[in-house]
Amino acid sequence: MSLRLEINPIACTGHGLCADLLPELIELDEWGYPMLSGPIPKDLEAHARRAVSACPTLALRIARVRAHQETRRAS
Amino acid sequence: MTGATGLISRLTVGWQESGRPATLREHVRRFGELPHHRSRPDLTEQVTAAGLTGRGGAGFPTGAKMRAVAERRGPAVLVANGMESEPASEKDQALLARAPHLVLDGIQAAAGAVGATEACLCLPRSRDWLIDIVMAAVRERQQAGLDTVPVEVHDLPHRYVSSEETSLVHWLNGGEARPTLTPPRPYERGVRKRPTLIDNVETLAHVALIARYGPAWFRQAGLADAPGTMLATVSGAVAEPGVYEIAAGTRIGDVLMAAGADAEIEAVLIGGYFGSWQPIGDVARLPFTAAGLRPAGAAPGAGVLFALPPGACGLAESARILAFLADESAQQCGPCMFGLPAIAGDLAQLAASRPGGDPLERLGRRFSQISGRGACRHPDGAVAMAASALSVFAADAHAHSRRRPCTAAYRGDQHAAPLPVPRPDADGEWR
Repeated sequence: MSLRLEINPIACTGHGLCADLLPELIELDEWGYPMLSGPIPKDLEAHARRAVSACPTLALRIARVRAHQETRRAS
Repeated sequence: MTGATGLISRLTVGWQESGRPATLREHVRRFGELPHHRSRPDLTEQVTAAGLTGRGGAGFPTGAKMRAVAERRGPAVLVANGMESEPASEKDQALLARAPHLVLDGIQAAAGAVGATEACLCLPRSRDWLIDIVMAAVRERQQAGLDTVPVEVHDLPHRYVSSEETSLVHWLNGGEARPTLTPPRPYERGVRKRPTLIDNVETLAHVALIARYGPAWFRQAGLADAPGTMLATVSGAVAEPGVYEIAAGTRIGDVLMAAGADAEIEAVLIGGYFGSWQPIGDVARLPFTAAGLRPAGAAPGAGVLFALPPGACGLAESARILAFLADESAQQCGPCMFGLPAIAGDLAQLAASRPGGDPLERLGRRFSQISGRGACRHPDGAVAMAASALSVFAADAHAHSRRRPCTAAYRGDQHAAPLPVPRPDADGEWR
């Protein structure tokens, strides 16, 4: 069981706050939309939660995934 | 009935007879009556045994989909998908225009099997002539008191992503015909939150035949891992473009030959504008099936083959197709909304050998930034098509990037790939 960031790409409007708050796991593409890497290491969990709550459109969330479940959107 | 190599008539029986839609009487004369669902073996099991897979593009096993819906609680809804948003495909409209009752039979049979109490048939608003034909067939059945499940015909905006399952559900629920985030998948919670079975109209026509003649009959055509027949749309450099019914597993070269392909063609686009370019030499001997094409990195999609005319520029054709796909984005997800116009611009620049940086380098970088980042597969399909163009037309791409374009890229008015005529009034029309 590990934690992973997930984005709702329809809700995301590219504010980019998440990448400011969690640059270790979130990079913006050239149009300003977040590209996520995962899973979330233990020492970044608090930062990840902060990034989630800062999203103005509630597009970001933390999902619990089993090791064998590779989520497509996490790339 | 088997004709030239691989050609076979099941769905297309009698299409040449009258040139108009089969009436109910003609339909019953051709196929016999649809057995009542209470008086025949379980149709879901029969469809599973037949090995029928969806003919709309994804190729998912139809029996498994039916079972998933049947196992949910409460009455289900059946949605027949006749949207055919792929411009290089014509098979769904051909089927509905010639044999509407076969599709309507399939709707009744599948609805009965999964416990659906209502059915919605989704058609593109732009084809009013087709809607008239289908409505007339529905009324004919009402007068004959034939159907147990009421069928409602809906006309949806004809956009590329409007044929996506979640778009249909969203529209039928009163929203816009744009894809939504999954889960929930429609079989879990679809039209009015009910479990919803969505099948392509050709798939349902096959279901109507399986309900009559059984799975063993169905498997008499096709391969063990791809049984039955399929409708294919062949266009481009062929003497007789159009819709062909073929045994599943017919080789690509034989399908092209049946349509009278130009002997000089070098590349084909397989699977539609979501598909991939392939050198003809690599695929001519491969069966036109998911398993047969997988090693080549291709898929049959909705049965589309477009033969690039000799002398045409594959890059210019791809740039034009990509610009169309970019325009058809639902404008919901950033990477699709901004990424597709960006790569369409890069490819157009490359095709025309216009100056301005290195479009090949930009394309390589942007492909990986776009794929897998939308709510639906629209951006992935567009990127895959564009990437296959750069690989199959690699020598051209290299020459173009060094400012040595082919002359074909300049003949803007002679493009070959079929694209719909843009309707200015339809811009931004999603409801």
